[in-house]
Amino acid sequence: MIPIGFPLAVGAILFAIGAFGVLVRRNAIVVFMCIELMLNGVNLTFIGLSDRLRLIDGPVFVLFIMAVAAAEAAVGLAIVLSVYRRKQSVHLGDFDSMKG
Amino acid sequence: MPMRGFLFLIPLFPLLGALCGGLLALQRKPTNEKFAGGIASALVAVSFLVSLATFLEIRGAGEIQPLRQVLFQWIAVGGLVVDLSFSFDQLTAVMTLVVTGVGFLIHVYAIGYMHGERGFQRFFTYLNLFIFAMLMLVLGSNLLVMFVGWEGVGLCSYLLIGYYYEKKSAADAGKKAFVVNRIGDFGFLLAIFLTFHQFGTLEFAGVAQRTGDAGPATITAITLLLFLGCAGKSAQIPLYFWLPDAMEGPTPVSALIHAATMVTAGVYLVARTHFLFDLAPISQAVVAGVGCLTAFYAATIAFAQRDLKRILAYSTISQLGYMFVGVGMGAYAAGIFHLMTHAFFKALLFLGAGSVMHALQGELDIYKMGGLSKVMPKTAWTFVIGALAIAGIPPFAGFFSKDEILWQAFSRHLHGIPPAFNYCVYGLALLTAGMTAFYMFRAVFLTFFGESRLTPELAHHAHESGPAMTLPLLVLAALSMVGGFLGIPHALGGGARFAAWLQLAGIGAAEGAAEPAGAELALMALSVGVAALGIFLAHVFYRERRELPAKFAASWPTLHKTVWNKYYVDEINEALVIGPLKSASENVLWRFVDSAVIDGAVNGAGALAKFGGRQFVKLQTGRIYAYALSILIGATLLLGYVLWPF
Repeated sequence: MIPIGFPLAVGAILFAIGAFGVLVRRNAIVVFMCIELMLNGVNLTFIGLSDRLRLIDGPVFVLFIMAVAAAEAAVGLAIVLSVYRRKQSVHLGDFDSMKG
Repeated sequence: MPMRGFLFLIPLFPLLGALCGGLLALQRKPTNEKFAGGIASALVAVSFLVSLATFLEIRGAGEIQPLRQVLFQWIAVGGLVVDLSFSFDQLTAVMTLVVTGVGFLIHVYAIGYMHGERGFQRFFTYLNLFIFAMLMLVLGSNLLVMFVGWEGVGLCSYLLIGYYYEKKSAADAGKKAFVVNRIGDFGFLLAIFLTFHQFGTLEFAGVAQRTGDAGPATITAITLLLFLGCAGKSAQIPLYFWLPDAMEGPTPVSALIHAATMVTAGVYLVARTHFLFDLAPISQAVVAGVGCLTAFYAATIAFAQRDLKRILAYSTISQLGYMFVGVGMGAYAAGIFHLMTHAFFKALLFLGAGSVMHALQGELDIYKMGGLSKVMPKTAWTFVIGALAIAGIPPFAGFFSKDEILWQAFSRHLHGIPPAFNYCVYGLALLTAGMTAFYMFRAVFLTFFGESRLTPELAHHAHESGPAMTLPLLVLAALSMVGGFLGIPHALGGGARFAAWLQLAGIGAAEGAAEPAGAELALMALSVGVAALGIFLAHVFYRERRELPAKFAASWPTLHKTVWNKYYVDEINEALVIGPLKSASENVLWRFVDSAVIDGAVNGAGALAKFGGRQFVKLQTGRIYAYALSILIGATLLLGYVLWPF
């Protein structure tokens, strides 16, 4: 049995990389991928803890997150596509029509 | 047929009439007058027949318990439970019969009188609505249902006074009546609140059982507030001055609302809540005192008026004062009896005046009339009968009722009030009786007798009115002649059946020890003598020595001018009440409170939101990574706060 620290540490690292990527990258597609990374970091933490605590809740949550992430990716990529058609760019800095 | 379950039919028919009439008034076609007026009159007649059937039933049963019908629960909030319910006892019987009976006659008269007027349909709609509201008022078994009717008749009064709304004076008179009535209604409303607070119920029967729950001071307060409402509705001092202006309405309205029925609602209210007034001698003295002052005061004004309808208006105020003397003295039967006979003869007088107006194309100045008895004999002689009745000449109706009030004012004693009060009230009322005879016959002589002072054009046009108008006159004249026989006093060998009838409802408890009939007969002779003297003086002044009135006016110019100008009450009101109210409204309420404070607050709130928005808009950078960063920082801080203690 692997120690609990391993999955937690890997999950945290994945989440941090994802968050860092969301903040610094300007390409919308890459930002999406980073969000997926963050979600998977969270998934890993769930699985690790549920295995340790012998609880079924963790895998249930993970299934939900996967379903939601898939839906989110579909919708998000569709938005990116339609924005690209309009602006010929996937650079986040170009998307500022809602600026106050 | 047992009528217990059918009380609601009495107000239902006029309500139907008002609804149908209102719908018909919407169509563009010219009104079919016979149909519109006929339907409206017929529905009131049906209502009269239902009342009559109900009356016959309680008469046959001799029941002490009133018939009561609960239609549905109207309000139930906490301890306040009010039903929409009607009750029908001996007092209600008198009132419903008078309202629907006299109302029906006036409806018929109005078909002739309003012929060719614009808004004929509208007129009958309002008239039916008025009958409905008045019936709600008299049938309601609790104060709140009564209040609905009370406000309803006030509304109809406003609508009908302002019937000729293109005329500014009529529109103003309507507003004046409404506003003055509202002042009185505020007293009535406070009395309702106080009654509920003290007794926990608004049902008349319930309150009557629990009068012991409240102290004498509270009961005095309730009754005085109720009387404020009565003073507004029934045109007593200090709220009387709307009634003369109300004559701007069509004459059938003056007859129905401002003489026979609505203005007597105050008298009815005092009689209806007699169980409270009986326990508050101070309020009773106030009612009787105000009544007798009003009676005297209004009679003095009537002396100098030239407008026939205004003379009748002041005489109405004066006669209402008599009724309040009666009910104030605890002689409820006498007051209600006078209410009934007054409904007959005053409706007759007003309809007679309307007939004269109709013949003379709206002329109302009695100094421009004269000799009309030859042209319109039916109107003239019925008018004379009405005048004899109001003057209190036996055997006309007014004699029995007025004399009963005078006798009760003289002989009854209010607990804790010195007898001198009785004698003052009696003396003033007796004086007023003489004055009434004088000014009524002044009007009769100037209008119908002597030489004609009509312009040739009017003299040519003058004619007797049609049967739709004269028939009601004849019926009312008959009622004015025989109506008094219902209450022939014991002293004249009668049975005082009217008083006995109301006693069945527990109103006006049994008389005290029978006084020797001699005193009553002597006072009766005195009052008839005074009335006859009044008529004789009017004869001297206005038939034989026509120069005397002018001489009198010249001898006391100030007095004459003051009375002619109705004691300048309207001007005093204007200066003391309306002027300050207007200027306070304009300078304080409008310019300061409304413009500066309220508008300032509203505009300020808008400006604040605009300013705040302009500041917050800077947060909307449009850069997604900035939003993401702020979400992350926020989430971290929140997490740190939640996890901190460990």
